[in-house]
Amino acid sequence: MNAATDFMDIAFKLAFIGIVMAQIMSMIRLVIGPSVGDRILALDTMVVNAIGLVVLLGIAQGTQIYFEATLIVAMLGFVSTVAYARFVLRGDIIE
Amino acid sequence: MSFEIIGTYLVGICLLIGAGFALVGTIGLLKFNDSMTRLHAPTKVGTIGIGALLLASMIHSYVVGEGSLHELLIMAFLFVTAPISANFIAKVNIHKQSCDTPPPPPRDDTWSTLNVPEADRELAVEPTPQP
Repeated sequence: MNAATDFMDIAFKLAFIGIVMAQIMSMIRLVIGPSVGDRILALDTMVVNAIGLVVLLGIAQGTQIYFEATLIVAMLGFVSTVAYARFVLRGDIIE
Repeated sequence: MSFEIIGTYLVGICLLIGAGFALVGTIGLLKFNDSMTRLHAPTKVGTIGIGALLLASMIHSYVVGEGSLHELLIMAFLFVTAPISANFIAKVNIHKQSCDTPPPPPRDDTWSTLNVPEADRELAVEPTPQP
């Protein structure tokens, strides 16, 4: 059990570092992205990575209360991506 | 090898797979050099990356104590909504002309997202090229 727990701790730290690096790199694409589509895509990727961070936090604390937060972040991310793309396409969100 | 030990190893492996795919997808987002190819890379983050992390969360809840399958809801929601947002972003890329001109369609004379109805032809605004 001890070796398994050690392996999970190391994997947990590596996963945190990986997701944070992914978040930083999509933020770079958000800043330098030459067109509007790239910026929308970078924001979508950042929302997905934020979902991953919240899930990792829930595993770290061993609780189930982050499930609702993850679901709300997922829904808000989808709606905001569609709203941004629709605003760029049509000049209006609800017409 | 009891259930707890196997479950703990599985949690670690799923965490590594998820973080690795998230990292690879975001490197692709950063390194590709066209808007449409950049659209292809982060789909790995949304499907396998988050899917493996949520699988790790489920297995961890079964190892620790009371199990829960709530994460399947998030996984289903993400898998359903990912193609819709990708379709919208591809439409933005086509209309903003930030990709190459789409190839000629096989049957019609234009792609349906670029098709303007006959009555609205004079109202249609010319798309401004990106600087």
